[in-house]
Amino acid sequence: MLKRIPVSSLIGLIFTALFLIVAVFAPFLAPYGNGQIVGGVWEPMSAQYWLGTDNLGRDLLSRMIYGARITIFISVAATALSFTMGSVLGFAAAVIGGWFETLMSRLVDLLMAIPTLIFGLVILSVLPTTIPVLIMVMGILDSTRVYRLSRAVAADINVMDFVEAAKLRGEGTGWIIFREILPNALSPLVSELGLRFIYAVLFLSALSFLGLGVQPPDADWGGMVKENKEGIVFGIPAALIPAAAIAALAISVNLVADWILNRTSSLKGGRG
Amino acid sequence: MASAVHHVDTPPRPKPEDLLLDIRNLKIEARVYPPGETPRDVTIVDGVSLTLARGKVLGLIGESGAGKSTIGLSAMAYGRGGVRITGGEVILNGRDILKTGKDGVRKLRGAEVCYVAQSAAAAFNPAHRLMDQVVEAAILHGSATRAEAEQRAKHLFRKLSLPNPDTIGDRYPHQVSGGQLQRVMTAMALCSEPDLIVFDEPTTALDVTTQIDVLAAIKDAIRDTGVAALYITHDLAVVAQVSDEIMVLRHGKLVEWGGTRQIIKEPRQEYTNALVSVHHIEHEEHAPTANPILSARNITAAYGGGPIKVLKNVSVDIFPGQTLAVVGESGSGKSTLARAITGLLPPEQGSITFAGRTLSNALKDRSRDDLRELQMIYQMADVAMNPRQTVGTIIGRPLEFYFGIKGRERDQRVAELLDKIEMGKGFVDRYPAELSGGQKQRVCIARALAAKPKLIICDEVTSALDPLVAHGILELLLGLQKDENVAYLFITHDLATVKSIADSIAVMYRGEVVRYGPKSRVLTPPFDAYTDLLLSSVPEMEIGWLEKAIKGRRMESAGN
Amino acid sequence: MRLIAQRVAMGILLLFAVSALIFAGTQILPGDVAASILGQSATPQSLANLREELGLNDPAYIRYFRWLGGILTGDLGTALTTRQDIATTLGPRLWNTLFLAFWTAVVAIPLAILLGLLAVRYRNGPIDKTISGFALASTSLPEFFIGYLLIFFFAVKMQWFPSISTVYDGMPFLEKLRAIVLPGTALLLVVLAHMMRMTRAAILNVMQSAYVETAELKGLSQLAIIRKHAFPNAIAPIVNVVMLNLAFLVVGVVVVEVIFVYPGMGQYLVDHVAKRDVPVVQAVGLIFAAVYISLNIVADIASILANPRLRHPR
Repeated sequence: MLKRIPVSSLIGLIFTALFLIVAVFAPFLAPYGNGQIVGGVWEPMSAQYWLGTDNLGRDLLSRMIYGARITIFISVAATALSFTMGSVLGFAAAVIGGWFETLMSRLVDLLMAIPTLIFGLVILSVLPTTIPVLIMVMGILDSTRVYRLSRAVAADINVMDFVEAAKLRGEGTGWIIFREILPNALSPLVSELGLRFIYAVLFLSALSFLGLGVQPPDADWGGMVKENKEGIVFGIPAALIPAAAIAALAISVNLVADWILNRTSSLKGGRG
Repeated sequence: MASAVHHVDTPPRPKPEDLLLDIRNLKIEARVYPPGETPRDVTIVDGVSLTLARGKVLGLIGESGAGKSTIGLSAMAYGRGGVRITGGEVILNGRDILKTGKDGVRKLRGAEVCYVAQSAAAAFNPAHRLMDQVVEAAILHGSATRAEAEQRAKHLFRKLSLPNPDTIGDRYPHQVSGGQLQRVMTAMALCSEPDLIVFDEPTTALDVTTQIDVLAAIKDAIRDTGVAALYITHDLAVVAQVSDEIMVLRHGKLVEWGGTRQIIKEPRQEYTNALVSVHHIEHEEHAPTANPILSARNITAAYGGGPIKVLKNVSVDIFPGQTLAVVGESGSGKSTLARAITGLLPPEQGSITFAGRTLSNALKDRSRDDLRELQMIYQMADVAMNPRQTVGTIIGRPLEFYFGIKGRERDQRVAELLDKIEMGKGFVDRYPAELSGGQKQRVCIARALAAKPKLIICDEVTSALDPLVAHGILELLLGLQKDENVAYLFITHDLATVKSIADSIAVMYRGEVVRYGPKSRVLTPPFDAYTDLLLSSVPEMEIGWLEKAIKGRRMESAGN
Repeated sequence: MRLIAQRVAMGILLLFAVSALIFAGTQILPGDVAASILGQSATPQSLANLREELGLNDPAYIRYFRWLGGILTGDLGTALTTRQDIATTLGPRLWNTLFLAFWTAVVAIPLAILLGLLAVRYRNGPIDKTISGFALASTSLPEFFIGYLLIFFFAVKMQWFPSISTVYDGMPFLEKLRAIVLPGTALLLVVLAHMMRMTRAAILNVMQSAYVETAELKGLSQLAIIRKHAFPNAIAPIVNVVMLNLAFLVVGVVVVEVIFVYPGMGQYLVDHVAKRDVPVVQAVGLIFAAVYISLNIVADIASILANPRLRHPR
């Protein structure tokens, strides 16, 4: 399976793995503490501070490593939430149909009529910005897209002759969802998982950058851009480093998702 | 390279002054992109040569993948998709058109050679009126002014017996029926008065009663205008009506080439012989017995409870171990009848008795034994099987589900079933994607058999297959019927199939059964008007059939 | 025409539903608006007074209809924090945002169509691959990465443009344009890739259709094929793509305005979300949603209008 992997996807895989390792082992990898002030404000890169220091004189590398942890944790949690909610409801809507499907679909239409960022901001104007709230808001808003996809995929499969054959045989709903529909819906969903994760990372970063996401003294990468953005006008690139990290993470995951999509769709249901 | 695998007799070369098209040693390749592998080139057409005299029609015939369309398009120096002409010469009107460059090719397309596609519905631009598209090439190449071209087009519309020939050109493509559109496309090809027209399966997508009209219109138009044609089709009976010569192709190579009479009467190659004799299956008709296995009484059904009844008061009987063939064109309600019997579309009125008990109308109220004894086989075998399940799982599931057979015993039974459908047990671990079209349909048959049914509904099970493969499936079904004493409800639009396998026949038209009874009686005159039209529309492999059929008709086809 | 009327009616209905949703979204924590304005200094008496003044004691649906009625008559309410009329503050900011979005669109639309055409013309060639690679990257880049990169190089290092895009009333037009070059570019890069990818798909779909092949087999030149046969059918999907992306653009404006400290609606919204100034958030949120929904309706109407099947029924 890994033999014929293209170079770009391999790079994506390696970097994605690297980011994950950094997130998991943050306390062991970071040379300094997360909030520890170690030097002057915005010191340049040096042997001691590989990436320099930030707006309060904290080691930027250490903060980046802890930031990776927060960014990835929240994004993973929000993606998991949106995926579980969206796909369960989407599959159920496709198989059950009737009033349930109509109700769910209209509700999703309504939620999607408002741009996600705008609606997120509206809700966060009254809710406290804690991490669980962030995860909930991101997860629920994003689950609308997962719902649409999984409903469409399941509805497509549901009308195929092999599902009809199973119904004619007398199979129950459980067999039809889990044995006939799910195995065939998996590959588009897995690739969508990657895209939803990227979206969660970008959404979280945007919120934090606007000051409405993770609150100080903790910071995800978006928040670190906000902390260091004043330096830009003085020619200090500290804010660009977390921004670049977000971009690198998003591109890596994108490359992997692209590869999964191509690999599974070109198989057209063969082995794999 | 030049010599084919075996020696092939060729008809005499036309005299030089008559020679229109001379294709020499054509080689055509395409680049395929297998997933995850480096792209490679495959040869689609290999060393094919042909000549065509002015005003003559050459039929190109073969199964899917024979390369017949690709050869046809090479006469326009065109390769569809990633197809490239990599060798040989295509000499049209005395020059090699493969060497004339882009501008040269552009000048001859739509002027010297025109094209009629299989699906006129897709080949017309939805944004323009028909007339603008019909005259476009003639005006572009300066063979007529706009007024002349429109005059010519109207004349052609009339010749092709299109309704309202003076105004039909003002319509948009979607406002015209499929059979008419196909004729408008023929008019479009004729409008620039070309020397050659490439007909690419022009009647394949049409219903059989519409096909005959279009075919007759095309044939008249070819004869009256004196244009030469390459006529591409997979249906030998069709090509026998229109062409002077027939070329049989297989896997991109020439099999046999000769006069139409010689090919259909005295084929010299074994493959040609198989194609010619494909319809002949000997099947002795069984008489109805006392107790039908399934009896549908006065079935009326509509989709979504709407006012339009797709089935009106339909009654048929099927007898144990026999075959009832339901024939009709698209929209006749024949597939709906299958859905009503299976319970997928519960009938609004009427009752169904099966094996002596009354079946519930709705699927969910039926007992497991009812479901087991009534199995179904679909037209498209590849979507009738879960692509993520192996052949073993697909065939084994009914065994588990209905009989609780598991483990080694199940594997044993699956192997026996694979034997019955003439496939080895080596196929157990294969996925549907790894099977050929015919093998897929066989697996579906085995899955139905696994349930030990009393009746199998076969919904157009051979219409997606090449004739020879379809022939094999029919023989298999008949053999199984003998061994297992299973009854078939055989739904099809193909009367040739019906004649080969049916014991009794129901002819359906617009939701009603218009003729019903034992095969011998249904196929014996006097006929009602529709059955007459249907029977007389089925192409027969006989020269001059078309003229006879048109002359003898009593009823207009729906496509007119 | 009936279809268009239907679509517009649906859109209006959707807008009302959205207004209710936005209103409901800000009512998740009932009654706390007063507390959050007064903060630590709140006494029970002052809280009660403020609640009375804001009408917070009425049931939610009455407050909703009062709010909706105000909006329909052009009264967006009063900001809690500044006690200013929201409509008057918002006017010039809305204008600024539209100014930025308009000029970005003016550059982005032709550029995206041109690049989309190039990608189709040289399909699977190096140009196409470069363009798709760029598209993949740019959908993964956060706006602020592009924004600060632009500031870092073009404002700080080269000093070609100001790093803060201030615009004010009576500012000369060219000055204004110069001020929005960087935010406009950032916004452009955000939407361009998406727009181009969708344009490419739309054109490719038409170019691979059977009627384009028919035209080719009539001997038409490449140019004539595109002009006579591809373009009339591609125009609807392209207009659709453009409208959908303008909707994205209007949303992307929020972050870009904050990066460049541009006095538009987005920044106004973000400021007041942080201050928990609910009336402002409601008003601005509704305006954003209205613009977004309207553009979506226009996209749908364009595809209805361009469909010959709907224009010329049987």
